[in-house]
Amino acid sequence: MMRLPKFEYFTPQTIAEAVKIMGEAGPVGQFVAGGTDLYPNMKRRQQMPKTVISVMRLAELHQITGDGTSGLRIGASVILTDVCDHPIINRDYPVVAKAARTISTPLLRNMGTIGGNLLLDTRCNYYDQNYEWRKGINFCLKKDGDVCWVAPGSSKCWAVQSSDLVPVMVAIGAKLRFVSTLGERVIDAAGLYNDDGIDYLHKRPDELLVDIQLPPTNGWRASYQKLRRRGAFDFPVLGVAAWLAIDNTDVKDARIVLGGIAPSPLEIKEAANALIGKPFSDDQIHAAAEAAYVRARPLDNTDFVYQWRKKMARQYTLHALRDLQT
Amino acid sequence: MPRHSKKHIRFRLNGEETEVAFAPHKTLLEVLREDLNLTGTKHGCELGECGTCAVLVDGRSILSCLMLGLEAENREIKTIEGMADGAQLHPLQQTFADLGAAQCGYCSPGFLLVAEELLHKSPNPTRAEIQEALSGNLCRCTGYIKIYEAVELAAAIIRGEQPV
Amino acid sequence: MPKDFKIIGKPFRKVDARAKCVGQTKFADDIVLPRMLFCKLLRSHLPHALIKNVDVSEALALPGVFAVVTGKDFPIPYGILPVSQDEHALCVDKVRFIGDPVAAVAAIDEDVAFDAMNLIEVEYEPLTTVSSIDEAVLIDEPRIHDYGDSGNIHKKVSLEFGNVDDGFAEADLVREDVFFYEGNTHLPLEQHAAVAHFDSDGKITLWSSTQTPHYVHRALAKVLGLPASHIRVIATPNGGGFGGKSDPFNHEVVVCKLAMMTGRPVKVTLTREEVFYCHRGRHPVLMKVKTGVKNDGAITAMHFQSYLDGGAYGSYGVASTFYTGALQTVTYDVPRYKFQGLRAFTNKAPCGPKRGHGTPQPRYALEVHLDKIAEQLRLDPVDIRRNHLVAANTVTANYLRIGSMGLGACIDKVVEGSRWKERFSWDQVNRKLPYGKGIGIACSSYICGAGLPIYWNNMPQSGVQLRLDRQGGVCVMCGSTDIGQGSDSILAYIVAEVLGIDPFDIRVVTADTDLTPVDLGSYSSRVTLMTGNAAIQAAERARELLVMAVAEKLGVPIENLSLAERRVFDVENPEIGVSFAEAVVLAESKFGTIGTVGSYSPPRSPGKYKGSGVGPSPAYSYSAAVAEVDVNPETGIVVVERVWIAHDIGRSINPVLVIGQVEGSVYMGLGEILMEEMAYRENRNVVHKFPSLLEYKSPTTMEMCDVETYLIEDPDPNGPFGAKEVGQGPLLPVPPAVANAVYNAVGVRIDEVPITPEKVMRALKDKARGRTGRFGPASVPSVDWPAPLRVLTPAEGGDGSEMPHVAVHS
Repeated sequence: MMRLPKFEYFTPQTIAEAVKIMGEAGPVGQFVAGGTDLYPNMKRRQQMPKTVISVMRLAELHQITGDGTSGLRIGASVILTDVCDHPIINRDYPVVAKAARTISTPLLRNMGTIGGNLLLDTRCNYYDQNYEWRKGINFCLKKDGDVCWVAPGSSKCWAVQSSDLVPVMVAIGAKLRFVSTLGERVIDAAGLYNDDGIDYLHKRPDELLVDIQLPPTNGWRASYQKLRRRGAFDFPVLGVAAWLAIDNTDVKDARIVLGGIAPSPLEIKEAANALIGKPFSDDQIHAAAEAAYVRARPLDNTDFVYQWRKKMARQYTLHALRDLQT
Repeated sequence: MPRHSKKHIRFRLNGEETEVAFAPHKTLLEVLREDLNLTGTKHGCELGECGTCAVLVDGRSILSCLMLGLEAENREIKTIEGMADGAQLHPLQQTFADLGAAQCGYCSPGFLLVAEELLHKSPNPTRAEIQEALSGNLCRCTGYIKIYEAVELAAAIIRGEQPV
Repeated sequence: MPKDFKIIGKPFRKVDARAKCVGQTKFADDIVLPRMLFCKLLRSHLPHALIKNVDVSEALALPGVFAVVTGKDFPIPYGILPVSQDEHALCVDKVRFIGDPVAAVAAIDEDVAFDAMNLIEVEYEPLTTVSSIDEAVLIDEPRIHDYGDSGNIHKKVSLEFGNVDDGFAEADLVREDVFFYEGNTHLPLEQHAAVAHFDSDGKITLWSSTQTPHYVHRALAKVLGLPASHIRVIATPNGGGFGGKSDPFNHEVVVCKLAMMTGRPVKVTLTREEVFYCHRGRHPVLMKVKTGVKNDGAITAMHFQSYLDGGAYGSYGVASTFYTGALQTVTYDVPRYKFQGLRAFTNKAPCGPKRGHGTPQPRYALEVHLDKIAEQLRLDPVDIRRNHLVAANTVTANYLRIGSMGLGACIDKVVEGSRWKERFSWDQVNRKLPYGKGIGIACSSYICGAGLPIYWNNMPQSGVQLRLDRQGGVCVMCGSTDIGQGSDSILAYIVAEVLGIDPFDIRVVTADTDLTPVDLGSYSSRVTLMTGNAAIQAAERARELLVMAVAEKLGVPIENLSLAERRVFDVENPEIGVSFAEAVVLAESKFGTIGTVGSYSPPRSPGKYKGSGVGPSPAYSYSAAVAEVDVNPETGIVVVERVWIAHDIGRSINPVLVIGQVEGSVYMGLGEILMEEMAYRENRNVVHKFPSLLEYKSPTTMEMCDVETYLIEDPDPNGPFGAKEVGQGPLLPVPPAVANAVYNAVGVRIDEVPITPEKVMRALKDKARGRTGRFGPASVPSVDWPAPLRVLTPAEGGDGSEMPHVAVHS
């Protein structure tokens, strides 16, 4: 059996307590929510924190307050199933519920949290492997090695951003609130992600994600399309989040964000530009899809053949935009 | 000199108050199988990739291979051993057995508990709802069809539309 | 044979079904013994290397470690086939693939075992790797094994039945196609596990998740240095087998040795990744098929070549090689047939038997090839098959004796169910179904047990012993292994039918080499037919004793007595009778203790040529499938919407179990055609690309389509109550039916398995550019084949032997 390494486990009851323990633990400390990302990584010895701090007893992180009119605040420890089933999320932010419903399986969604999904480790076929396997390729740049096997000439790690909710949050302009012993800060979701497979978050390890603030829904709609081999379990090997603000017939503002294709969510400004200031019609949709295809540069480190995934950037952007045609 | 000291917890297991001590880095799967001798809960990967290890925690199905044993404290845990009511099998257990939904039977405990959770939430599920609810459980033997049929028949029995 | 069965043909639940549904069934990893130690195996992280040194000193010094073993502790080789005894429990001088075990530890718990394993230092000297069939053909040195045909070619086979050139000469059309079927694995949900116990008498017991306890018993007797009578192998219920648990394994030998060394029970449970390294799964096979046909589709000759990528060890591979060439002749009439097969060693996990064992790959090639021929001849794919079926009770060109043959009825059923005649057309312009929707058909056949055992002997392949208790219970003992297919229940149903009792009155004891008579194991779909026949014989012998005793007591002629509903009674005056228990008392009083045996040996095959051992079977099952697909031409994604499948089962012993096997086989066939791949990164040290349940794609509920199953019951004289196999056959027609449906949907041929979206897109692009619209292998390697063994066909008056070699004088 695959088993966890030994570690110390803490279950703080307040945010203050949680960040204090994390501050004291230093580099060997890690927060855990549902454990569905961290524990498999620990069993495979990709991550070996000596101090694991659960965020599941922090009452403030379980709240969902507000609605589409004033904006919705979702605590980071809200279980994904509850996100999928929440009446206000379904009514006012259906794209979030829909994207959440595509995550993994019902069993995992009963354990994983929205915060955990937004902070998901980047993934790669060379990294998400057991210790012995990685030893066979002399490890990799992300963990214990010197070379990125997917792009050996590169000095950068190309592990892939693999969350479904990340491109959606970036596209709809969500904000994320972090707390640490040094204080609190709120940033745009887009500002959290860094285009590097190793340092993929603009966040210190000791900062605790507390909640996600969704903007009021007036005047925009959004959609999400996910590409994966099977209808369950599989991470996105391409995700397209499309967000449009439409004024009568013309597109006032747009954001097309690709997930599962690069170390960070990829915002395709050229696709948005093809839509903004024009009627939301087929010609514009095709131009936007083409722009997504041009910018998408997947590599050979996930399921499917990467050249085909690039082509699917066009197809799935088309689908995501057609979903928004009423 | 002990290698690690055991942690001791109390929780409700299959309707009974239970205490157990175990190495703190163990998962609920390991505690159930190794410290409580309840080997009905199975494992296929220990990484959350197959659903075989599913148990119910406070009525909700979860992957016991990814839940720490420590997290069971003060919770209500149900395993396959607790599904029957004394000597009376749960209708799902009866229909799985009668309709051939258990071939090798290794995935069956996981499927049964997830199906029980489904029927609790949704007493008259459509085929599509059943497929979705069970989409996190892999089976290599049956091709799933007899599992759906067993769930549908059990649902009808529970609703009182079919004799036991 | 009575027509109104009480048990046979009825949907009884399995005798172990409830135990499985309450979590009571003890699988191997569920076994706990007092003071049990835990074993972990250290495996090679290099694909091909010499072992220069293994230093276990630090591991031994770790507190909680009780023993450490290396290749030095296992000098005697073993292997499933007598001709390829090429495995050592731990590698002695070299490692041959990533995952090959080199050392093992027994420790107080798995955590300590894991830590100790990581303290073992192995010094390797890497060798050149061979990672494909092409490389194996080119690279003679270094040899992965120092045996085989030559270089890194394990085996070459060359057989010719009749003269194929004559056949091609009289054909109206000769067509040649090349196909590739990627390797895939069994993926049972239960990882392999074993527990060994060495008792104070120096006798060892091994509980293991194995399909073949008898073969494991033989291997242990060879390598452990204990007499076989002091070794007991008990096969625990398998949590899925599919052929992946049919070899004797390294971990089974190792735990026995560790138990002998430490005097404590030792358990080993493999991780999922290690299960990928055990493998013994479907060989990747490259195939070339050339067939001559008349304008009406009748085959005049066929030449089939297969190239198997065997991985690092022999396993069942020699048999697999022959299987890729054996069953081409049992569905449609092939009067002249030539087969050439080659198996290569490569530095990857060893391939062996997976559901269908070497026959799904050539069946795929044959069924797609035949479709292409049908299109060329403008024949309906149904007709080209239906009109040229092998007749029942005939012998094929390669000396396979066909008994019952229900394929015609199978084809008719799926044609009717799918409304084939209304919906199929070759016309891609004036289409019957909208572009993107397609239907395809394929047929297949499978053996009901291999005619010969793995090792040569004259003993039965299956034995059953009955014990009758004077209070009415019956114990059935047989060496067969229940891997989920219900073989334990089949024994209970059959004995209950013959003795007129209830299946739940019966205690079934199986798969224990100390207690049960030998059955060779759950492989080649042999179990229902062989154990069933043995059980009938044992039960009828018991029945005879019972009726003799009862006849005497009641003054009723023996032929008037019937056994049913737990009674033995006069059919003319049913109230005159005794209970079953009373009948046993009478019989035991008259004859002494009652115990009967039955056994089964398959009939002799008419083939006598070298290589004729693979292919013969007491009976052949047949299947026909129609698949309906939806292909998205913008993404290439293929969705199988529905499968209609008809299976010629002979007789359903239990229709619920039979349909379950059909549905499960369809499921596995769909997995293979759409997504399963044992892929390796050749340029990254030949690592397995993704040895995990997440990344090795196996269909979930969301991918499984509806299946319409039809059972054709035309009892076979060689089957128990006429029953034939169903555990493997229904898988075979599914991949080619889907491939043919994809062509019908969007007009492109994917001559490769699996059919993935990017292959479809590439073929569509090819077609859009005015080319053939085919994706698949271009050619086969150039190989020096030996002169074929020539055999005259039965039609030519042959007797099954090879013709003497005639020296050619230049």
